[in-house]
Amino acid sequence: MDFSLSKEQQMIKEMVQDFAEREIKPIAFELDRDSRFPEEVFKKIGELGLLGIPFPEEYGGSGGDTISYAIAVEEIGKACGGTGLSYAAAVSLGSSPIYYFGTEEQKQKFLVPLVKGEALASFGLTEPNAGSDAGGTRTRAVLEGDEYVINGEKCWITNAGYAKTLTVTAVSGKDERGKNIISAFLVPTDTPGLTITSDYDKMGVRASNTSQIVLEDVRVPKENILGDPNKGFKQFLYTLDGGRISIAALAVGLAQAAFEKALQYSKERVQFGKPISQFQAIGFKLADMAMEIELARNMVYKAAWLKDQKKPFTKESAYAKLFATEMAFRTCNQAIQIHGGYGYMKEYEVERYLRDAKLLEIGEGTSEIQRLVISRQLGC
Amino acid sequence: MNIYVLLKRTFDTEEKITLSNGKINEDGAEFIINPYDEYAVEEAIQVRDAHGGEVTVVTVGNEEAEKQLRTALAMGADKAVLINIEDDVENGDQYTTAKILSEYLKDKDADLIIGGNVAIDGGSGQVGPRVAELLDIPYITTITKLTIEGQNVSVVRDVEGDSETIETQLPLLVTAQQGLNEPRYPSLPGIMKAKKKPLDELELDDLDLEEDDVEAKTKTIEIFLPPKKEAGRVLQGDLADQVKELTGLLRTEAKVI
Ligand SMILES: Cc1cc2nc3c(=O)[nH]c(=O)nc-3n(C[C@H](O)[C@H](O)[C@H](O)COP(=O)(O)OP(=O)(O)OC[C@H]3O[C@@H](n4cnc5c(N)ncnc54)[C@H](O)[C@@H]3O)c2cc1C
Ligand SMILES: Cc1cc2nc3c(=O)[nH]c(=O)nc-3n(C[C@H](O)[C@H](O)[C@H](O)COP(=O)(O)OP(=O)(O)OC[C@H]3O[C@@H](n4cnc5c(N)ncnc54)[C@H](O)[C@@H]3O)c2cc1C
Repeated sequence: MDFSLSKEQQMIKEMVQDFAEREIKPIAFELDRDSRFPEEVFKKIGELGLLGIPFPEEYGGSGGDTISYAIAVEEIGKACGGTGLSYAAAVSLGSSPIYYFGTEEQKQKFLVPLVKGEALASFGLTEPNAGSDAGGTRTRAVLEGDEYVINGEKCWITNAGYAKTLTVTAVSGKDERGKNIISAFLVPTDTPGLTITSDYDKMGVRASNTSQIVLEDVRVPKENILGDPNKGFKQFLYTLDGGRISIAALAVGLAQAAFEKALQYSKERVQFGKPISQFQAIGFKLADMAMEIELARNMVYKAAWLKDQKKPFTKESAYAKLFATEMAFRTCNQAIQIHGGYGYMKEYEVERYLRDAKLLEIGEGTSEIQRLVISRQLGC
Repeated sequence: MNIYVLLKRTFDTEEKITLSNGKINEDGAEFIINPYDEYAVEEAIQVRDAHGGEVTVVTVGNEEAEKQLRTALAMGADKAVLINIEDDVENGDQYTTAKILSEYLKDKDADLIIGGNVAIDGGSGQVGPRVAELLDIPYITTITKLTIEGQNVSVVRDVEGDSETIETQLPLLVTAQQGLNEPRYPSLPGIMKAKKKPLDELELDDLDLEEDDVEAKTKTIEIFLPPKKEAGRVLQGDLADQVKELTGLLRTEAKVI
C-alpha cells in the first residue's frame, strides 16, 4: 500500500494546475456568462498532450495512467467546470470507446487525431426517450449493401458541435429472443444527413458544448461499426464505467475550488467582532467539506488504480461517482452559505460551482442509476 | 552548441513564509524552479532548437532538487546534473555555489551558460557573474533578448527599465530577466520522456573539492520577516491643509524627507 503519487503524476498535477490557473481560471466567469465553448483552450490542451494521457504512444498518446488522467480532470475542473466536463467527455467518451473496441484501422483513422489533440469526438447515447434506460434506444441502423443507413435523434451530446467524429448507438437488429441488438457506429460529422445544433440554454457547465443530433438517412460504410456488432450495449456500459471516474474527479475539482474560496472568505469576513471561521458553526462546515473532499479523492484514485491494474472497477467507479458528485453539490452549497449574501452574487463565483456541480449528479448515469449499479453488484 | 543552464530550487515566495528558530520553515513551503531560471531553461531550449546542440541543466542542492531538474527535462532539456552537497556543506553562500559550479563547468567546453538574473529567495544575483569570473569568460546580466549568429552574439539587457544592446562573442554567460521569453509548460509526452533522460548525481569528491575549498565567505547574522504593513491613512479636509499635513508626516513620521 502506498498513497503517494509518482514523480510523473506530481509533475502532471503541477503542470495542469499551472496551466489551468493561468489560461482557464481567468476566463471561467466569462465562459459561463456567455455560454462559450473555449476552442482556443482546447487547442492548447491538445498541444500539451492532455487529450492523450491514458493512451499508448503508438497512437500518439503519452502512455499515462488513469490516475494521471483523473488528476488532470480535477485540476481543469477546479478552474472551470464546463471546460472540465468537455475535457473529460472528449477523453472518456470521445476517444476511449474507439481505443477499447476499435479495429487497428479505425484506431489509426479516428483515434490518432483525437489523441494528438487535433480533433474532438463525442459519444451519442442519450435520446429524448432513452436516458437512464439507454436500452430503449430508438435510433435505427439498417444495412443496405456495403453501408449502414442510420435514422434517429440524440440529445444533450457533449462536444458534438465541435466534433469531427461521433460514436452513435443504434438498434441494428433483433436477437433470437426478439430483443433489440444495439451497436455503435463511427460517424464523421461531415456525413450528409447529419444535423448538429447547439441551442440548449443550460443551468451550469455552460462553457461545455452540448448539442442535439438529428440523423436522417445517414450513410456510413459497413466497416464503421465499432467493436462487436452484438455487444454495443455492453461496450457502452464499460465506457461509462470509465467515464464515471472522470466525472467523479471533476466533482472533486469543483468542490476543492469552492472549499478554498469558502475557507479564505471565512478567515477574512468579520461579523460579531471576529472572523466567521472562528464560529464553530462555520468551522465545522469547513471541517466536513475538507474531509469529504479528501474521501472522495481517495475513492477516485482507488477506482482509477483498479482500472489501471485491469481489475474489476464497476462498483468502485460507481461509488466514486455517486459519493463525489453528491459531495460536490453539498460542498458547493455550503460554500455559498459561508459567503452569505455575497455567495448568492455571480461575481463571487461560488454560485457557479453549485450550478456546475448539479450536472454531475445527472450526466453519465444519475445518482439513482449509480445506486442501481451498486445494488446490482451486491447481488440485489 | 554546448549549452548549460544554472538552475536553483527555491521556495515559492508567493506562498506564506514563516520562520522558526531563526530559519525559514521548509515544512509546508512550496518549492519551485526559481522563476528567472525558468526563463533560462526556455531560452536554452530555443537556442538549441535553432542552432542544434545539447542543453544540460545543473543544480547545486540536495536530493529534493531532482524534481525541479525533472521538470526542466520535461520542458525539453537533454540532460541534468545534480551536485548534491547535502552531506558536505552546511552553510553555503553564493561563493560556495559559484565555486562548485565553476569546478564542474571548467572542462565542459560550454559555448553558452544561462542562469537566472537572481534567485527569488536570497536575491543576491551573484552566482552567474561569479561563475563567469571563475571560468574567465564574459558575462552579461539581466538580458531580455539574445541573438546568436555563428560566434557572434547580440544581447539586449534591461538597465533599470531602459535597455542597452551589447555585441559580444561565445563562449558567454548570460542571466535572464523577465521578458526574455514565455516559458513553456512541460508537455505530457515531455513529462513521460523526462524519466528516461539522464540525470547524473555528483558530490564534492567527484569534483576534487574539499569542504574547505567551498566554505562560505559570508555569515548570516539574523533572518527576519519584513514589518507588517500598517493600515493606510486617509487625510481629510481642505486640499492645501492635506498637503501641509502630508509633508509634515513624511518628515516627522515616515522620516523620508
Ligand atoms: C450537460 C449534459 C451533457 C450530457 N452529455 C451527454 C453525452 O455526451 N452523451 C450522452 O449520450 N448523453 C449525455 N447527456 C445525457 C445524460 O447522460 C442523461 O441526461 C442522463 O443519463 C439521464 O437521462 P435523462 O435525462 O433522460 O433522465 P431520465 O432517465 O428520464 O431520468 C429522470 C429521473 O428518473 C430517475 N430514474 C430513471 N430510471 C430510474 C430507475 N430505474 N430507478 C430509479 N430512478 C430512475 C433518474 O435518476 C432521474 O432522477 C448529457 C446531459 C447533460 C445535461
Ligand atoms: C437577494 C438578496 C436580497 C436581500 N434583501 C435584503 C433587504 O431587502 N434588506 C436587507 O436589509 N438585507 C437584504 N439582504 C441581505 C441579507 O439579509 C444578508 O445577506 C443576510 O442577513 C446575511 O448577511 P451577510 O450576507 O452579510 O452574511 P454574513 O453575516 O457575513 O454571514 C456569512 C456566514 O457566516 C455565518 N455567521 C455569521 N455570524 C455567525 C455567528 N455568530 N455564528 C455562526 N455563524 C455565523 C452566516 O450564517 C453565514 O453562513 C438581501 C440579500 C440578498 C442576497
